Amino acid sequence: MTTFATVSEGTDSPFALSHLDSLESEAVHIFREVAGEFERPVILFSGGKDSIVMLHLALKAFAPAAVPFSLLHVDTGHNFPEVLAYRDRTVAEHGLRLHVASVQDYIDRGVLRERPDGVRNPLQTLPLTEKIQAERFDAVFGGGRRDEEKARAKERVFSLRDEFSAWDPRRQRPELWQLYNGRHAPGEHVRVFPLSNWTELDVWQYIEREGIELPEIYFAHEREVFKRSGMWLTAGEWGGPKESESVETRLVRYRTVGDMSCTGAVDSDATTLDAVITEIAASRLTERGATRADDKMSEAAMEDRKREGYF
Amino acid sequence: MTTTAEHLSATTLLRFATAGSVDDGKSTLVGRLLHDSKSILTDQLEAVESASRNRGQETPDLALLTDGLRAEREQGITIDVAYRYFATARRRFILADTPGHVQYTRNMVTGASTAELAVVLVDARNGVVEQTRRHAAVAALLRVPHVVLAVNKMDLVEYAEPVFAAIAEEFTAYAASLGVPEITAIPISALAGDNVVEPSAHMDWYGGPTVLEHLETVPASHDLTACHARFPVQYVIRPQTAEHPDYRGYAGQIAAGAFRVGEQITVLPSGRTSTIAGIDALGQSVDIAWAPQSVTLRLTDDIDVSRGDLIAPSSDAPAPTQDVEATVCHVADQPLSVGQRVLLKHTTRTVKAIVKDIPSRLTLDDLSQHPNPGKLVANDIGRVVVRTAEPLALDAYADSRRTGSFLLIDPADGTTLSAGMAGDAFAATAGQVHEAVQQDEEGWDF
Repeated sequence: MTTFATVSEGTDSPFALSHLDSLESEAVHIFREVAGEFERPVILFSGGKDSIVMLHLALKAFAPAAVPFSLLHVDTGHNFPEVLAYRDRTVAEHGLRLHVASVQDYIDRGVLRERPDGVRNPLQTLPLTEKIQAERFDAVFGGGRRDEEKARAKERVFSLRDEFSAWDPRRQRPELWQLYNGRHAPGEHVRVFPLSNWTELDVWQYIEREGIELPEIYFAHEREVFKRSGMWLTAGEWGGPKESESVETRLVRYRTVGDMSCTGAVDSDATTLDAVITEIAASRLTERGATRADDKMSEAAMEDRKREGYF
Repeated sequence: MTTTAEHLSATTLLRFATAGSVDDGKSTLVGRLLHDSKSILTDQLEAVESASRNRGQETPDLALLTDGLRAEREQGITIDVAYRYFATARRRFILADTPGHVQYTRNMVTGASTAELAVVLVDARNGVVEQTRRHAAVAALLRVPHVVLAVNKMDLVEYAEPVFAAIAEEFTAYAASLGVPEITAIPISALAGDNVVEPSAHMDWYGGPTVLEHLETVPASHDLTACHARFPVQYVIRPQTAEHPDYRGYAGQIAAGAFRVGEQITVLPSGRTSTIAGIDALGQSVDIAWAPQSVTLRLTDDIDVSRGDLIAPSSDAPAPTQDVEATVCHVADQPLSVGQRVLLKHTTRTVKAIVKDIPSRLTLDDLSQHPNPGKLVANDIGRVVVRTAEPLALDAYADSRRTGSFLLIDPADGTTLSAGMAGDAFAATAGQVHEAVQQDEEGWDF
C-alpha cells in the first residue's frame, strides 16, 4: 500500500488522454453546459488567438449544428486592421451574428475621455458592460487563462458578476468537481472561461494540431514601430510616435493581440507555427510581461480592472 | 506558465492539490517546484523582487508569486484556491494551491474535488498533528486516488531517518484506516531543495523518488474496465439543415467508463432503452469512447432524451432514487438546516429537494460523529438525508466521483451551499454500511 522506494514505469494506461485532448474535452463540456443552462450567451471575440481558439472549440462542440451563441467585439478604435479583417471574414464564413461595442462612439459622445497616454484598453470596460446590460446577455465567454496573470489564477471557470459587472474575488463561489453553478439573479451575469486551464503553449500547440488560421500579425513581418516604455508599438494615426520618438522598420510579430496603443510587438523571425512554438518555448518572458503595458501600471492592475468589469 | 523547449514533448496532464498548515512551508514547496522546474519566468521574478523591495524585504518573497490578490498581499495570507500551471519533459501539471487558513476545509475540498493526487505537508519537527489528520481525512473523503506525505524541514532534524520513518508509519496507518488507496511518503526540505526536484545529498538512506519524479510517474488515469459507464446528457444537437435533416445527437462528457457502438443502453430516469448507432468524437466518428472525452452519441431509436438524462449500459444502469444519503461539506457562510428547501445539482440535472435529516456532524480531528446537530455551518462536514422532487440516477461517490457528487444550492440567491458525496463517507467503513444498506433493501419487497 505504501511506496517508499519505487518509481513505477510506463504508468499511463491506453485510456489516458493527451493533455490537449483533455483540455479540449473540458472546454467543450463548459460550452455545452452554458448552452444548456443560459438564455442569451455571447462569446467575446477580439480576433486574438485565445478567442479564435474559443470559437473553434465552440464550433466543434455543437457540430454539425451551428454555434448557438453570437459574438461580441469591443472595438477600441485602435485595433489592427488585419485583425478586423480576420474578424469579419470569420463571422461571414460561419454565418455568425456579431455585436460591436465601440469605444470611439463613447469618446465621440463625450461619455468617455481619451487618456493622456492614449491607452484605450481601460476604456473598454464601460462599453462592454453597457452592451451586456443592453443586450441582456446572461453568460459572457472570455478567453482569459489563469496562467496569464496572478489575479487571473484566482478566477473561477464560471464567475458571477453583479448588475455592475463587478468581480469580487473574496466572494466567489467555490467550484467543485465539474459541477458549475451558473445561477444568477436578473441583471447579473456569469463570465465563463473555457480556456482557464490552458497555458500559452497549449493554445499554440492546439492551433498547430487543429490547423487553425490566425491573423497574419502573429507571424514575423516587417513593420514600422517606435519604442515607448520599453515596447515596440505600431506607428499610426492612433497617436504614435510623439516628436521625441523615432520610427524604424523592424522584423517583428505579435504575441498577444490587443489595442495598438498598449500591445507591443516582439522582435522575431518566426514565420511559421513551428517557429512560433519554438520561440515561445524558449522565451524567458511571460506573454503579458513581454507585450502588455496596461498590466504594468500597478502591482494589482489586472485585479483592479477585473473588479470593475473588465474581462 | 511554463516554457522551456524540452516541455514540448510532455503529453499527459496531472491535476493535483497541496494541503498544509500555515507554517509547514507550503508556499516554499510550491515556489520550489515552480522555480526548480524553471516555470517562473524572468518578468515574474522581477515583479516579485521589486514588490519585495518595496516592502523593505531583503530577499525576494516567493509567496508573492502565488498570492495574487491585493488583500492577500496586504495581509500576507492566502485567501483562496489558486490554480497554477507548470510542465516538465514528461508531463504537464495543474496545481490547485489551497490555503491552509481558517477556511481550510472548504478550500481543500474545492482543490481536492478535481485532484488525482494530494500532497499533504508535515513539519518534521512536529510530526502528525491534528491538521495533518484533517488533511488526510479530506483526501480520503474526496477519494483522491494518490496521497503524498511530504515530510518537510528534514534539514531541521539533521536529516534523521528515524524521524521520517516514525512520521511516515503513523500517517500511513491513519490514512490507510480511512481507506486512502495509495500513500507515498517523501522526506524533503523545501527550503534547501532536498528531494523536491533534485535528489538530496543529505539522505542516502532514502531511495525513493523526489516529489517531482513521483508527480511525473504516478498513473494519471484509471482502469476504465472496472468503472460503470455513465453519460450525462448535456445538450441535444439537432441541426435541422438541408445537409443534416435528421441528425439528432446527445452531447455530453463521458463521466465514467467507456461506451461502444452497438451497445444496448438505458436512458434514466425514464428507463427507455435503445442502441448506440454512432459516436461522434468532436468531428471524428469512432467505435469506442471513454471518460473524460466529450462526445455526441446517436441512438438507433427516436426516443425522448433531454438534458439532465443519464445514459448507461442496460446491463449496468443505476437505480434512480429520490432519497439521497450522503456526506456533505458545507461551503457557504449561511447554514444548512433540517427542513430547508434547496436545489440539488447532479451531473447535468438540477432538481428541487428538501433536507430531511442531518443525522450527524463529523469532527475531522478525531473522526468522531456528533449526532443530530440540526444544522451545518461553514466548513462543517456531516451526513445528510435529502429527498428530491424527481428521481436521480445517482451512483455512490466511491464508485464514481463524477456521478456520485452533487451540489446543494440556495434557490433564493443561487449560492452554492454544500458539496455532496453520495453513499458511505470513508472507504474503510464501507463494509459495515453496505451491510446496513442490504438489510434495508431486504425490508422492501421488490
